[in-house]
Amino acid sequence: MRITLDDVEYRYQVNTPFEHLALHDVNISMESGTYTAIIGHTGSGKSTLLQHLNALLKPTKGRVFIGDRTIEAGKKEKLLRPIRQKVGIVFQFPEHQLFDETVEKDICFGPMNFGVSEVEAKKLARKAIVQVGLSEDILVKSPFDLSGGQMRRVAIAGVLAMEPEVLVLDEPTAGLDPRGRKEIMDMFYDLHKVRGISTILVTHSMEDAAKYADDIIIMHQGTVFKKGTPQEIFSQPEQLLELGLDVPDTVRFQLKLQKELGVRFDHPCLNIGDLAIEIDKAMKRGNR
Amino acid sequence: MGKKLVSLENIIFRYEGQSRNALDDVSFDIYQGEWLAIVGHNGSGKSTLAKLLNGLQFAHSGTIMINDQIMTEETVWDVRQKIGMVFQNPDNQFVGTTVQDDVAFGLENAGVSQQVMVERVHGALNKVKMNAFLNQEPHHLSGGQKQRVAIAGVIALQPDIIILDEATSMLDPRGREEVLETVRELKQENEITVISITHDLEEAAKADRMIVMNQGQLYREGPPQDIFELEEELIALGLDIPFSVKLTKELQKNGVRVVNGHLTEEELVKDLCELHSMM
Ligand SMILES: Nc1ncnc2c1ncn2[C@@H]1O[C@H](COP(=O)(O)OP(=O)(O)O)[C@@H](O)[C@H]1O
Ligand SMILES: Nc1ncnc2c1ncn2[C@@H]1O[C@H](COP(=O)(O)OP(=O)(O)O)[C@@H](O)[C@H]1O
Ligand SMILES: [Mg+2]
Ligand SMILES: [Mg+2]
Repeated sequence: MRITLDDVEYRYQVNTPFEHLALHDVNISMESGTYTAIIGHTGSGKSTLLQHLNALLKPTKGRVFIGDRTIEAGKKEKLLRPIRQKVGIVFQFPEHQLFDETVEKDICFGPMNFGVSEVEAKKLARKAIVQVGLSEDILVKSPFDLSGGQMRRVAIAGVLAMEPEVLVLDEPTAGLDPRGRKEIMDMFYDLHKVRGISTILVTHSMEDAAKYADDIIIMHQGTVFKKGTPQEIFSQPEQLLELGLDVPDTVRFQLKLQKELGVRFDHPCLNIGDLAIEIDKAMKRGNR
Repeated sequence: MGKKLVSLENIIFRYEGQSRNALDDVSFDIYQGEWLAIVGHNGSGKSTLAKLLNGLQFAHSGTIMINDQIMTEETVWDVRQKIGMVFQNPDNQFVGTTVQDDVAFGLENAGVSQQVMVERVHGALNKVKMNAFLNQEPHHLSGGQKQRVAIAGVIALQPDIIILDEATSMLDPRGREEVLETVRELKQENEITVISITHDLEEAAKADRMIVMNQGQLYREGPPQDIFELEEELIALGLDIPFSVKLTKELQKNGVRVVNGHLTEEELVKDLCELHSMM
């Protein structure tokens, strides 16, 4: 399912002294089946943008096309439920929203809310809990008896149980240990590859953006600063550093070597294996 | 190394209703003026350790000595003045309605005079470079700014030790750097001892010493040099190794003859420069 934002503006608390322009002139498109990373400073408008993707927020100017639906400024929208079911959002620290007495009830809440029967919802819960790498016997437990990492997975399972076509992730690994981080990111990538789920990831990790995404969108002060493939985005690292953003470790290291050694690289290296090969080549070139 | 400031001996702790010990016979010392990084998987007992050090929980057995004073329910108030804590979530640690009220709050409880209080509040906010925000409401600040105010609240009490429990994990890279830089300066100027619980291995690599926790037990302690030599073992514990260590291994695989043990990118760049000049 394709999502397009056309000249989108969003103002919080319009016509109050607290009115705040959070997004302006946003024109982007996320094609069906792609993986998009959104990066940018805190306050650059990432979370506001995400909430437009399933019509939790309606633009104050412009239009949002979600599949065959159009959300337009100033127009009343009915029947937003199907959109919310098709576009699942995993918010930051989603475990803070767990509330029910058992894991199963918590996961079933979403699907049942969308009109799925209890029997069917339980099936979905069982499927989702396995997808997030937990075993079925956890379903009868209270979510509050679980470890932090397990709670995070249960919360994600709650979103997966709605069988969304598009998965929107707002810093899904914040606070997890390195293994938990990698496992969760690999899990999302797997869902993307195997089930063809379109994925939109907000992250501060340039390594994750470079590793998983087809496209990267850089948000700055409420609008799109730049978009492109990881190769395109990271081929001008100085631009990002000027904005005070990070670049992947590998690219930062290339910059240092260029400066200290005077060697040249013909492309940004986005993984360590490639970087080691290119350094070896560059050192040998220097020999001649 | 400075003098021994804290020592933990055979600490055992279990949460009510749990079947396993959250801390299972943990012993180690903390030295004055050091930066101690504590790493370990989620649930390995790091926060529990911090809570015990700050007297928010008490060990079932074993002793904690802080400055030659044994931690008990009677001495906890003295101890708490010596140890300040900054937690993970910047939004959960505010009590005051303005930045300066918030920093003053801890001092009101500590019973210092009005004049000393004002001096200390302003001094602390100066140190964390938040003096321009005295009358702002805390919830309007950025995450990094909030954590710096929380740190000001801690240093206004003039503690010997500051514990950061994943205090930068909810911040963006810029906020994280602001906070770490603030703490580094404090440590330099005031000889504060820093205990930093973190998943950020680049940060841990810069510590004086590291402790690795695993399933409630102390798995290993030592300088970052030694700890990161464990490489695969750390990964098996759910942890990771710094970028420069990974790249060193990868370079060696490609026949580039860099030496082991570079914990920072600068060291590795230097090594490569030397190799390059010999070519
Ligand atoms: N509910 C709100 N009311 C008013 N302003 C808001 C609200 N939520 C966010 N903002 C403001 O909108 C801007 C963008 O915020 P956000 O989308 O959360 O950014 P990001 O997710 O990139 O950190 C910020 O300046 C923020 O302070
Ligand atoms: N309030 C609590 N009640 C019950 N168990 C807890 C509580 N807090 C932590 N635990 C358990 O104690 C163990 C150690 O937790 P913690 O010290 O928070 O680990 P870490 O900070 O390393 O992630 C974990 O198994 C965790 O589930
Ligand atoms: Mg956000
Ligand atoms: Mg913890």
